[in-house]
Amino acid sequence: MMLRFLKRLWFIIAHPATHLSLGFLTMGGFVMGIIFWGGFNTALEVTNTEAFCTSCHEMRNNVYEELKTTIHYTNRSGVRATCPDCHVPHSWPRKIARKMQASKEVWGKIFGTIDTREKFLNKRLELAQHEWARLEANDSLECRNCHSMESMDITRQSKRASEAHERFLFTGEKTCINCHKGIAHQLPDMHGQDMFGASSHGTPPMTTGQGGSAEVEAYIRKTAD
Amino acid sequence: MRHPHRSRMKGAIMLKRFAFACALLVALPLHAENQLGGIRPDTPLAEESEAPQIPPVINADVKQVRNYPDQPPLIPHKTDNYQIDLNVNKCLTCHSRTAVEDSQAPMISVTHFMDREGQTLGTVSPRRYFCTQCHVVQHDAEPPVVNGFVDVDSVLDNMQGLGTGGE
Repeated sequence: MMLRFLKRLWFIIAHPATHLSLGFLTMGGFVMGIIFWGGFNTALEVTNTEAFCTSCHEMRNNVYEELKTTIHYTNRSGVRATCPDCHVPHSWPRKIARKMQASKEVWGKIFGTIDTREKFLNKRLELAQHEWARLEANDSLECRNCHSMESMDITRQSKRASEAHERFLFTGEKTCINCHKGIAHQLPDMHGQDMFGASSHGTPPMTTGQGGSAEVEAYIRKTAD
Repeated sequence: MRHPHRSRMKGAIMLKRFAFACALLVALPLHAENQLGGIRPDTPLAEESEAPQIPPVINADVKQVRNYPDQPPLIPHKTDNYQIDLNVNKCLTCHSRTAVEDSQAPMISVTHFMDREGQTLGTVSPRRYFCTQCHVVQHDAEPPVVNGFVDVDSVLDNMQGLGTGGE
């Protein structure tokens, strides 16, 4: 039964159409191509808007609220970045690749991976690390979509900013995300994390009672080996 | 039973209070019209003055003079949205002991490693962790009330000049 149906289907596909003209099929294929492709791309672009991102409470109540206080949301000139400007590549093949990766986020949404504030805070470091790794790997591509090194006039920056950019950015020693972590959202617990890539600074103070002298000795002996 | 003397005294006190209240009633409007200065100069009490422009933060990266030796140094740059909480201290990403080589920023002073008993710790003391409790940025603004503070150096110079002796 099934085999017969498949055979018949193959017969229809493999043989030329008897009643439809070549012109109709060509034009029909062309028009349907536009409709399907246009529909697909429109749907894709809809998922690429801030309204779509913040339609889920996970984004709206956590990261979007944090963004609102930063320079990427409110500033003197009124030019602002929306979620996809920083989190989705702009060129088409890269965008599709990122969107396919993001299908895991749909899984997370369905199973409520971060559906409470507590769950989100517990997972925040891991989520942030994914973004840092992505931006480090593509040389802060999404930052550079707007902030181009060629157009950056460091004489109009503060002394401290111009020195840092001259020393680390223009030499290629570091990329934007190395120093500008937490520029648009709050940082997770950075204890033991690398703020600037190589070594770790800016971690919270040691709490009292943390690590007795025996533990310290054991650690020193271990690093000496 | 009423004591006549006490009742006379009471009457005198009442009279005094009344006189004081009258004086206040007369003085208050005068005060409001003539002496309200500072933050809302020349605005009648019942009216709302136009809010002044919020002055910008000084972002010159030039160290400013301390008014006395143990004044917490002023922050000579913007600190908008600097995160200082249990998770991270944005200031320490440049001013910590290990960060100053990269950042060339001044290191936090050694007093910040001491606990309240003067015991030096390995890292920043928790009581010195929240930078902006003591260190503040400066705004490019005229103070609404004139500050009569005199630097100790000028006091010393003045005394030495007068010969009253600083020693």
